[in-house]
Amino acid sequence: MQQSVAEIRRLIARHKFWDYAFAIVGMICLMVGILVLLSLFADLARTGAPRLTPAFFTSFPSRMAEEAGILSAWVGSVLVMVVTACAAVPLGVAAAIYLEEYAPKNWMTAIIEINVTNLAGVPSIVYGLLALGLFVYILGFGQSILSAGLTLALLILPVVIVATRESLRAVPGSIREAAYALGATRWQMVSDHVLPYSSAGIMTGIIMGLSRAIGETAPIITIGALTFIAFLPNSPISPEFPFVNAKWLMDPFTVMPIQMFNWTSRPEEEFQLNAAAAGVVLLAMTLAMNAVAIYLRYRIRKKIKW
Amino acid sequence: MNRTTKDTTLGIMECPTVSETNSRLSHKQGRIIKERVIETLLFLAALSSVATTFAIVFILVYESIPFFQHTTVLNFLTDTEWTPLFDEARYGIMPLVAGTLVTTGVALTVAIPMGTIIAIYLSEFAPHRVRETVKPFLELLGAVPTVVFGYFALVVVTPLLQKIYPDLPGFNMLSAGLVMGIMIIPYVSSVSEDAMRAVPMHLREGSYAMGATRFQTAVRVVVPSAFSGIAAAFILGISRAVGETMIVAVAAGMQPNLTWKATESAATISAFIVQVALGDLPHGSIGYQSIFAAGLTLMLMTLVFNIIGFWLKKRFREEY
Repeated sequence: MQQSVAEIRRLIARHKFWDYAFAIVGMICLMVGILVLLSLFADLARTGAPRLTPAFFTSFPSRMAEEAGILSAWVGSVLVMVVTACAAVPLGVAAAIYLEEYAPKNWMTAIIEINVTNLAGVPSIVYGLLALGLFVYILGFGQSILSAGLTLALLILPVVIVATRESLRAVPGSIREAAYALGATRWQMVSDHVLPYSSAGIMTGIIMGLSRAIGETAPIITIGALTFIAFLPNSPISPEFPFVNAKWLMDPFTVMPIQMFNWTSRPEEEFQLNAAAAGVVLLAMTLAMNAVAIYLRYRIRKKIKW
Repeated sequence: MNRTTKDTTLGIMECPTVSETNSRLSHKQGRIIKERVIETLLFLAALSSVATTFAIVFILVYESIPFFQHTTVLNFLTDTEWTPLFDEARYGIMPLVAGTLVTTGVALTVAIPMGTIIAIYLSEFAPHRVRETVKPFLELLGAVPTVVFGYFALVVVTPLLQKIYPDLPGFNMLSAGLVMGIMIIPYVSSVSEDAMRAVPMHLREGSYAMGATRFQTAVRVVVPSAFSGIAAAFILGISRAVGETMIVAVAAGMQPNLTWKATESAATISAFIVQVALGDLPHGSIGYQSIFAAGLTLMLMTLVFNIIGFWLKKRFREEY
């Protein structure tokens, strides 16, 4: 087959054209994706801004849109996050340490590993159903902060496990061998050497998990959390001895995303403003947490050179 | 010389007495016990994830059993109406499944092409600086709470779409699906980009050496080599879309409606669960039982997609 030089040139030109065309299409897709979202956020901020006064943070929800605030919602969110962190962090980190440092290579380990991957793909509302059946009715925790916190803890467990495993894996084997050479037991090796080196990475995973939990709405609605709460739970700190109490764990509550959902689903125009304002606060909370996590990870990658 | 010093040091050291040796040995035994206890605790923590899976399956099945005393499984799968809370109750899951599939379909027609193109662009075309700036940004977008996306769908996107199609109802699957598609772009693009980056450089170099352009290399070498990872990204996107709740609950409407038209309003499985859970929900009522049956269906649907994904991954895995 004979091809003239001109034909080959045309062929090359055509392929080069496709090359440029795709580069432009790719850039446009990226820009469209990012710009659409940025404009949505800008719109949210513009709509919500007039309602973002100090009073908005210190008032309870109300039937009057102008007087309504997010006090019970953000307090509820903070308390639920405390329960979630207390449950998910020890459990997740311990599971990750087992899988990474202890687990023998057998069918049991394989099952646990496949299982963690699969749990990450279970829809969040299914966790809500689990909590409704298990925590609310079988264990009798009711529609409380404790139930919600434990639900979200189960939900973010795979996130914490995967992140912790990754940062444990990043610690080189020579550190472990050095610890063993000095007569350390396995747990001494893990707790004195591997964990401190990987703590920043584990922190990143925990923050990412909690930022996912703080925005979750569906599982908490499913356990039947009330949407109109005009009071605060019992204070965790009391003036008398022993200064802390656990009564708040059993209190009814509302959280930020539920408050926003409640306002969004109302027909009145004024409540949409409240929804936008609550959205701004919620978005600021999650994005700030994620930015911290991403920054931490970036710093670790740059700093650690074994 | 060296040897003598060593000998003297050894000579100076006293032999341990019997009681000392015993205490050391028992100390060592204590150490072993402590190690065993810690290992067992860690193992139990790891087992908790398996326990969670069993608990999910158990609760969903256990609470659905009473539901299937009201209706048969065959009726559940074939009846075309879903009105379990009405006096004349009908228990056909089809309308909810149809709603879920339509919103998922709309979301995927947005997310899969855009996510893949973005991934190819970032992995093969974009300069290093662009990639390093955009990737964390995309990750941030993946963290936006879904209820915020629901607000966008209802308050921003639906009015925009109504300017184009004036007949569009206030609640519709189209706008919910579109916003859901935008939401899952970061998942699809991030995972498939990772898969493409993992393709060894020498394959690309081989392709360039044959005179291929970047586009030809990307489409004919990188994408086929990374196909198992890209398939995993698609499956992740699909299971996200199928299980997504808040966007559809806010923007797609709550009325079960057996239709394949995206411009209509319809409830999805997850939206139905939210709708029932929002009301009063006595333990053991038919409403209570129905959401577990719906949840079981949802779980089985995601399971099917995950199995397909697992099979695709195995079938198309390339080893280098």
